[in-house]
Amino acid sequence: MRYSGFQVIKEALTGHKGWKPVWRDPEPQAHYDIIIIGGGGHGLATAYYLAKEFGEKKIAVLEKGWIGGGNVGRNTTIIRSNYLLDGNEPFYEMSLKLWEGLEQDFNYNAMVSQRGILNLIHSDAQRDAFTRRGNAMILNGADAEMLSTEQILDRYPFLNVNDARFPIKGGLAQHRGGTVRHDAVAWGYARGADMRGVDIIQNCEVTGFRLENGKCLGVETSRGFIGANKVGCAVAGSSSRLMSKADMQLPMESHVLQAFVSEGLKPVIPGVITFGAGHFYCSQSDKGGLVFGGDLDGYNSYAQRGNMPVVEDVCEGGMALMPMLGRARLLRMWGGIMDMSMDGSPIIDKTHIDGLYFNGGWCYGGFKATPASGFCFAHLLSRDAPHPNATKYRFDRFSRGLMIDEKGMGNQPNLH
Amino acid sequence: MIINHPLLGPRDAAEFTYLGDASLINRPDWQSETAAQDFYEYGYLRSNPAGEHRELWFHEAGDRSWLVVTRNTVTHEISNVEMARDVARTQGRSK
Repeated sequence: MRYSGFQVIKEALTGHKGWKPVWRDPEPQAHYDIIIIGGGGHGLATAYYLAKEFGEKKIAVLEKGWIGGGNVGRNTTIIRSNYLLDGNEPFYEMSLKLWEGLEQDFNYNAMVSQRGILNLIHSDAQRDAFTRRGNAMILNGADAEMLSTEQILDRYPFLNVNDARFPIKGGLAQHRGGTVRHDAVAWGYARGADMRGVDIIQNCEVTGFRLENGKCLGVETSRGFIGANKVGCAVAGSSSRLMSKADMQLPMESHVLQAFVSEGLKPVIPGVITFGAGHFYCSQSDKGGLVFGGDLDGYNSYAQRGNMPVVEDVCEGGMALMPMLGRARLLRMWGGIMDMSMDGSPIIDKTHIDGLYFNGGWCYGGFKATPASGFCFAHLLSRDAPHPNATKYRFDRFSRGLMIDEKGMGNQPNLH
Repeated sequence: MIINHPLLGPRDAAEFTYLGDASLINRPDWQSETAAQDFYEYGYLRSNPAGEHRELWFHEAGDRSWLVVTRNTVTHEISNVEMARDVARTQGRSK
């Protein structure tokens, strides 16, 4: 069923009895051309683009729980393409362009809202760095604008620009950035993939790979062996756990990142504000809750929950930036497991095992990358060659010294 | 989290900074034939287990000693804390 305004009105008048489940619940077949492990945003997007753009048939997505139950359901929903380095910016700009056309493309309301993102500046050095970054963005076809403190106050009058430690001296804005309804991204891709014949198999945990003579023949699962010509892994925080079943060690650590939502408030924050110096960023959801977060807890974790010192740190940052926050009550907090790579950038590459492909290392930037990640991974899986915008996301960049280190932190994953 | 420091007793984890896998104690031999590959693996590859993990913590806001903490990455439960220098000594890494 295609969604349209007409359909909504018709259903409203006939008691909403015509809506049907938007994806099937198929039994796994014995063999597929391509299996994607991980029914999150990236895995579902990969399956969608494989079927839609690359004409692949016989695709399955295997998910150990329910689709969209991992990081695509546990993020702060921000989209942007404000990166500096050549390896990153064309990729993230591609992603932002895909976001802009996504709802028309997969005929699903993902509530893409280009409300703008603002990175705050507190010093001359930071202004120089952000000017450089803004120029890099513009060179790659993205939009960027340096704002004065007055321009920022026009839009965000509640900001404390005179903080003693981090006074606000301006900001780098990307007006095309914004937020998206995160669950709807998973559902929209799932529906689009299912409509094109992709089997989305939930409650199907991959327990191992069947490897023979350096080739991957398929996966062992909690629902039996499933054969495949090609297997693509897109499991984010569980990447190391999964790839260890193929005896691979990855250049990454899994870390917990917490996020928070306040009680619902009237519209007060029109865009996304990031206060990097204070380890805090914030936007307001369409339901009214202030959605905010900060830094990683900083230690390896698979727990999907963090500890109190970071809660305190994030809230302190928030209070310094917008003191009005102190009157809002915290409604919910949660943690997601980030596959923090050694240079802070992702990997979309073949492995040394024939027929086994990997997509991961998204750190805490995976959500905004979802469309381009899916598209580029589909390109790699279908054509056995990297998409032109993802050629630098290679496994061997660490051994060859070709790191893509936006923050210049070196091989310390908890600092990226 | 509370880290039970072998010398100072239970201390809040917020006093510490985290480095990573305790295998970082095992710095490869730079004169080895396979040094380039060894240092790549040492510097970049991690086992990153879900479960027991031996890891290095630095008591930055305390006595500035390095500790090897054995912690479960799924439950955050800490089962053992050693002085990193003792661990290194038993491996012949430190004087």
